[in-house]
Amino acid sequence: MSSLSATIQDVFNEPGCAKNATKSAADRKKGCTKQLQPGGAAGGCAFDGAKIALQPLTDVAHLVHGPIACEGNSWDNRGAKSSGPTLWRTGFTTDINETDIVFGGEKRLFKAIREIIEKYDPPAVFVYQTCIPAMTGDDINAVCKAAREKFGKPVIPVNSPGFVGPKNLGNKLAGEALLDHVIGTEEPDETTPYDINIIGEYNLSGELWQVKPLLDELGIRILSCISGDGRYREVAYSHRARAAMMVCSKAMINVARKMEERYGIPFFEGSFYGIGDTSDSLRQIARLLVDRGAPSDLLDRTEALIAREEARAWAAIAPLKPRFAGKKVLLITGGVKSWSVVAALQEAGLELVGTSVKKSTKEDKERIKELLGQDAHMIEDMTPREMYRLLKDAKADIMLSGGRSQFVALKAAMPWLDINQERHHAYMGYVGMVTLMEQIARTLFNPVWEQVRRPAPWDDPANTWQARADAQLAAEAADPEKVEQARRAGAICTCKGVDLGTIEDAVRAHGLTSLDDVRRHTAAGTGCGACASRVEDVLAALPALAAE
Amino acid sequence: MATVTHVKKACTVNPLKMSQPIGAALAFMGLRGAMPLLHGSQGCTSFGLVLFVRHFKEAIPLQTTAMSEVATVLGGYDNVEQAILNIHKRTKPEIIGICSTGVTETKGDDVEGYIRLVRERHAEVADLPLVYVSTPDFKDAFQDGWGKAVTRMVQELVAAPPADAVRDPARVTILPGCHMTPGDLDELRTILEDFGLKPSFLPDLAGSLDGHIPEDFTPTTIGGIGVDDVAGLGASSWAIAIGEQMRPAAEALRDRTGVPFRLFPRLCGLEATDAFIMFLSEISGRPVPVKYRRQRGQLVDAMLDGHFHIGGRKVAIGAEPDLLAHVGGMLHAMGAHITAAVTTTHSPVLAGVETDEVLIGDLEDLERRARERGCDLLITHSHGRQAAARLGIPFFRMGLPLFDRLGAGHLVSVGYCGARDLIFALSNLVMADTEQHHEATPDTWRVVDGDGAQSKGEAA
Repeated sequence: MSSLSATIQDVFNEPGCAKNATKSAADRKKGCTKQLQPGGAAGGCAFDGAKIALQPLTDVAHLVHGPIACEGNSWDNRGAKSSGPTLWRTGFTTDINETDIVFGGEKRLFKAIREIIEKYDPPAVFVYQTCIPAMTGDDINAVCKAAREKFGKPVIPVNSPGFVGPKNLGNKLAGEALLDHVIGTEEPDETTPYDINIIGEYNLSGELWQVKPLLDELGIRILSCISGDGRYREVAYSHRARAAMMVCSKAMINVARKMEERYGIPFFEGSFYGIGDTSDSLRQIARLLVDRGAPSDLLDRTEALIAREEARAWAAIAPLKPRFAGKKVLLITGGVKSWSVVAALQEAGLELVGTSVKKSTKEDKERIKELLGQDAHMIEDMTPREMYRLLKDAKADIMLSGGRSQFVALKAAMPWLDINQERHHAYMGYVGMVTLMEQIARTLFNPVWEQVRRPAPWDDPANTWQARADAQLAAEAADPEKVEQARRAGAICTCKGVDLGTIEDAVRAHGLTSLDDVRRHTAAGTGCGACASRVEDVLAALPALAAE
Repeated sequence: MATVTHVKKACTVNPLKMSQPIGAALAFMGLRGAMPLLHGSQGCTSFGLVLFVRHFKEAIPLQTTAMSEVATVLGGYDNVEQAILNIHKRTKPEIIGICSTGVTETKGDDVEGYIRLVRERHAEVADLPLVYVSTPDFKDAFQDGWGKAVTRMVQELVAAPPADAVRDPARVTILPGCHMTPGDLDELRTILEDFGLKPSFLPDLAGSLDGHIPEDFTPTTIGGIGVDDVAGLGASSWAIAIGEQMRPAAEALRDRTGVPFRLFPRLCGLEATDAFIMFLSEISGRPVPVKYRRQRGQLVDAMLDGHFHIGGRKVAIGAEPDLLAHVGGMLHAMGAHITAAVTTTHSPVLAGVETDEVLIGDLEDLERRARERGCDLLITHSHGRQAAARLGIPFFRMGLPLFDRLGAGHLVSVGYCGARDLIFALSNLVMADTEQHHEATPDTWRVVDGDGAQSKGEAA
């Protein structure tokens, strides 16, 4: 376990992470993980995160060493797509029982690896550690090493038991497993000056294939995608790529940065969501490749392709513009993807409400992402009445969000579109953005909303929950005290459940002037720290109070 | 009739089984205002949450004590305490159902002791109903967790009636197994009410997870049986347990309140439904309503129409013991052969399944047997989809999880109508498969080069 905690510490120290760089040494040591609150936590564990990151490797056997819960409750539940092998969708688990816990599960694990190799002959077996064997002390590194020697096949330990932290940490620990055991262990048959890695892209709904034809056309080869539609060997020889794109989630920033450090592969952070972002990413790929020796005509060819594709995409979206005129979108998601579609939504004539979206500098984007993430958390606890109020207040016609908020939105009979990972449509690249606009149109103008909002014929139309919510809204708007109450109830720190009023009171009472003051007095900002900027906004708005 | 065997291999491939704690958590979701709480790492909860969301297509209340590595080693009192207080503060539940997991069981957390201590230290939760059930992941399966949770609800929540208590002859407690869908429960409710009986379901998923649109959302369950109603179950004249998994709960209710029970190990098909209807007629003292006489005729007719398609089929079933017996009995009665049967856990009901062997195993075992024995119909939960595609045989989804089709909560298999519609659905599936894949061609019966092969037609 000492090596695991060392790895975790190393991941927390990630210098490539901008957020990390601004933290104090003490904060960095605490890690970037949101503190988990018993009874108030949501989201997956580190094992979940590791599996999400690696499972899209399609020809690998993914073996989960643990009780049935870890694999039995969750297997084959991701929307990643494969262009060939299906083995990754096969659920393998040691399904340990009481005997394994008392006497150790290492023998069972070794036998399980043998059975998989005998029956399925995969190019590699990935072994995932889980909480119970980590507690009882099963040494999966040793078992994997023994199996590797015995069977002459890569058997890769992925040390990311659930209880070490959240999903995000698991993503990074998965990356460490690749860095330690896979990357650089094989050589490609041939290399070209146009070889790139794409890191942190999982090919959900097959969306990598919305971009790959463009890269193909430019002669750019995806040497390895980590891990969407990936093959074991591609990852093993990915150290020979000339450049890398890290898909904007920071999930695998450690992989991108360490590959730069070890193999001199430059990388950039980019996204294929949104028309502008797709063009930027293509440009950056071309630029990095040319910097590393690819013929410079690649730049011109890339610009020509971008011009053609952008024109094509806007032409496809143009007919929707008149229909979208005056329609308002409320964009809320915990995911990282939505903020990069903002420009496209605006360009299509939709108006964004509820989030402050103006410019698109990098910092602004970070800010938007943070705001959207915070709102998504709050939405999940909303009643339909509150949801209705939110949409009414924002005067929104449609909500784009993800996760569990979908049921709240749908039950509130609000037009809603899924833009998170469970969605069924692919929204990447130029074609993906056109699909998104078409889906918005299809949802927005569906007559079903009018149908499902009708009260039952035997109900008093003045006494539906919508009518009551309207009345309540009107009453509250007319009562300054209520308005003030609602304003003060606005959440600032969702980790610790601190609202605006509490912070304002603390600032007033103690003359607080800094973020640290607020942290000490209210606990706001002591969780994940993402609300720091909101707290600063509150402080900025209350200079007079602080001075009193 | 069947011998039960255990597969001998170290690696489970394509699990059929799911874990006990989430079975227990689902049972708590059949209580009103409930918040199930898994005592374990947060992944234990999030996997269960995603599974149920995908199955029911509803928001699911489920919380976690979010055990970290350090907390696990030191013991989870603080986490249990904080979780109870946080849930109480944030969601105001009427009851919290606490299920242990593998991690906390391996450590040996004394959750009952923790709960006593939390109640002593925090007056605000001193009277909040808290039901704890021990459900380690490394033992047993989903339906066991469900059964244990209901047993614990009976022990903790049902009031022992006073000696002179008078039973209400019309009141009946139904203890449904987890193989009963919300749709099944609604059908049973209707049937009992038609006999003038007043049924209470423990748990009642029909109230909470039937997909209705509530007036308002709460983070806890919306609907389901209330804690106060559970307390009064001792006033029932009878209890009806559905599925062998509910025997311990039925016995606990009898021991606590003296309410007698009748257990129906299966409730699908003509014979099982006849027995059920006659029992209701007997305890209600009423003749069978005309409606059910007509429905019985419809089922008989459906069996006659359907047996052409279902009779002789070699069926591969992967299901938890009670669902296996439930649907297997109906299929057997229609002339289908249960040629491959795989289940998740031990149960007395397995010996009676109409097949030679029931294997406690996984979907890899089911797929291999189905291939070797030439099965031509696969019945299991949604995870059978890959096997069905490889086998190239029709696939009927049944059980939990059912995430790649809509309407999981409303698949009805009980009562005359339920069996009738199930027979139609299965027959239609088989007919569609025949049209798509097995239509006769001029070469279907042509003997090629004396080898008896009929492959020429397909090659052409």
